[in-house]
Amino acid sequence: MLTRAERRRGIGWGLLSLIGIGLFVGIAIVALLSFDAGNTQSRLFTAYTGRILRFTLLQAVLSTLLSVVFALPVALALARRPRFPGRVWVIRLMALPMGLPVLIGALGLIGIWGRQGVMNSLLLKLGLEQPVSIYGLSGILLAHVFFNLPLAARLLLAALERLPAEYWLLSSSLGMKPFSVFRFIEWPAARRVIPGIAGLIFMLCATSFTLVLVLGGGPAATTLEVAIYQSLRFDFDPPRAIALSLLQIGITALILIAISLFPAPDDSGITAGRATRRFDGRTWPARLWDTCAILLATAFLVLPLASIAAAGVHANLWNLATSPAFLRAAWTSFVIALSAGLLAVLTSLAIIAGRGAVADMKRAGGTARTFSISLGGMSSLVLLVPPVVLGTGWFLMLRPFGDVARFAPALVAIINMLMALPFVMRVLAPALETHRKRTARLSASLGLSDFSRAWRIDLPVLAKPLLTALSFAMALSLGDLGAVALFGSSELTTLPWLVYSRLSSYRTDDADGLALILGIICLALTMIGTAGRREAGHG
Amino acid sequence: MADGIVLKKVELKLGTREFRFDCAVPAGAVTAITGPSGSGKSTFLNLVAGFETPDRGHILIAGEDVTGKHPSERPVSLVFQDNNLFAHLDLATNIGLGINPSLKLSGNDRAAISQALERVDLSGFEKRMPGTLSGGERQRAAFARALVRKKPVLLMDEPFAALDPGLRLSMAGLLIDLHRETGNTVLIVTHDPNEVGRLADHAIFIDRGQILLQAPAEEFLARRDIPALAEFLSG
Repeated sequence: MLTRAERRRGIGWGLLSLIGIGLFVGIAIVALLSFDAGNTQSRLFTAYTGRILRFTLLQAVLSTLLSVVFALPVALALARRPRFPGRVWVIRLMALPMGLPVLIGALGLIGIWGRQGVMNSLLLKLGLEQPVSIYGLSGILLAHVFFNLPLAARLLLAALERLPAEYWLLSSSLGMKPFSVFRFIEWPAARRVIPGIAGLIFMLCATSFTLVLVLGGGPAATTLEVAIYQSLRFDFDPPRAIALSLLQIGITALILIAISLFPAPDDSGITAGRATRRFDGRTWPARLWDTCAILLATAFLVLPLASIAAAGVHANLWNLATSPAFLRAAWTSFVIALSAGLLAVLTSLAIIAGRGAVADMKRAGGTARTFSISLGGMSSLVLLVPPVVLGTGWFLMLRPFGDVARFAPALVAIINMLMALPFVMRVLAPALETHRKRTARLSASLGLSDFSRAWRIDLPVLAKPLLTALSFAMALSLGDLGAVALFGSSELTTLPWLVYSRLSSYRTDDADGLALILGIICLALTMIGTAGRREAGHG
Repeated sequence: MADGIVLKKVELKLGTREFRFDCAVPAGAVTAITGPSGSGKSTFLNLVAGFETPDRGHILIAGEDVTGKHPSERPVSLVFQDNNLFAHLDLATNIGLGINPSLKLSGNDRAAISQALERVDLSGFEKRMPGTLSGGERQRAAFARALVRKKPVLLMDEPFAALDPGLRLSMAGLLIDLHRETGNTVLIVTHDPNEVGRLADHAIFIDRGQILLQAPAEEFLARRDIPALAEFLSG
């Protein structure tokens, strides 16, 4: 359907993005490998790296387990109560932590579960002595559950709601008791998606950086990512950073391979209490159980958010928002986020164009197919090589050329772009494909020129998904602390970095206020994103 | 003839749609429920099955008032157009759930399952998964479950609509045979006038939530004085 020129251009764009991303990631890895290689090997398996590795895996396993185990009753309750008052809002609330900058969530959790937090003073009154510590392993687990329980619950709920409506009619007509319904209907449906969900959460927790940085304490509670950062930033021990980076890549590669064996979970088909009708669970114990599950989960999610809002309002927002430090950081963040967002959208478009050109060939040879597959892989390369590792590589690469801080904003923007790429691709690729399917023949037969086609046919339809993708990418970049952590300084201060440094210097009032502002910006951007995505799903 | 199912001045409002049903369905016979799409055929069936509760009026099955009863407490078996079997459970389990919803089965129960499968020409299919069966075989397995449940009333919502025409004929034959053996009361929702002639002793015509005609099948198929029915019968 494409003209020869169009196909050539598509391949060209694809090739450009492939080379660009390949070079950026490749140089980082080469820099890691070539730096003082002899020394690194001996550092790869020491008692220290062994301890870090063990803790990384331990906390990831426990976080995954707790998230899924607690998400299951919540999802079951929500599925069984399609008319629960405020159900739509509970489900929307569960989408919130995904758009919330991790650092902000951590602050909220400290507000509730911290030493002076609501929960501990409550437990103290009940006669217990500081039973929950927000720092160390328990704090990391708490935070990971806060971010991943809602994710797991949403995915489980979607799986339950995809079951045919007849199943519920049949089960009630056959007289199945709650345990039978669980055993014969709900659990088999959940069991199919749990491996995929657990894999996803394990990946997120094994590569979690910000939460561990803020809540982890010392070498006893440090993950690979944070250890890499500390090796460079505090100890300046590049061989150790490199050894840890290589371990990190090895671990993520293993996890990615394991995940690819299971079907990918998705939350499409989740309803806002549509026609699903359930006739089971009408007894009082069942009602009570479901209500408790939903209310407890809601409270668990709402309280930290409310704590951010409450603490933020106490801070002098106006003074903060007009302070030069804030304005400078906001401007830096905005420039980086906008560059990262635009770059991510453009790169996605180039990748999609390249894959489209290959798909359009009548006889795509092995080279063309390899090209198309590597383009697909490129978009999620950042999952394999995490931001801190990329940052470390470039840090070592650029150090001989002078002050790394000069290159830092560009590096942070590119790393943010790579982090956003998988999400942006997931929004844009289906939208573009549908659009091409609808219009390709017609446009080709009308012989529309490139410009008028882009202006009259493509832009009006694609404006929304493009905006969605851009706002997603910008929210991600605005809230990210991982990429900036290595380079953050008085010269390069983004909003999350400002929050983090205020937190480190115990100016928590400022941190709370800034967190509230940043949280609201990011959530607003994510809301633009999800609203657009939901409509795209209907088309 | 005794009344199998009675809807006594039943009224129900769903959103903006109102339904009024007042009728008696004869026991031990096959009654077809027909009407244009959206007329209320399935709502009628849902009222009998207990998936809808009337705002006013009473529903009696075999002389017993079941108006406020949960679906599981009503003496009925169900066959839908599709998804009659839990896709992740084998046929023996699917049918066994019809005998005991916690799947506590005795040796006799297992024998009954095998016999029922044999009766619907699926002998030896105990361990087969629904996904490996054809559409007709899946509906026959649903019949087998209805058989083992031994309930006096069988409710079917367009059970053959997803099958091709040749298969519909043989399935109708099987249904008639099973009906003769069990003597149960059958309500079958259908939008196919041929199926009324093929299967039913009686027929009910519903239009816009009201019963316009209830008559023996021959009379029903010959009537031309009700415009909506005439249009339905002419296809």
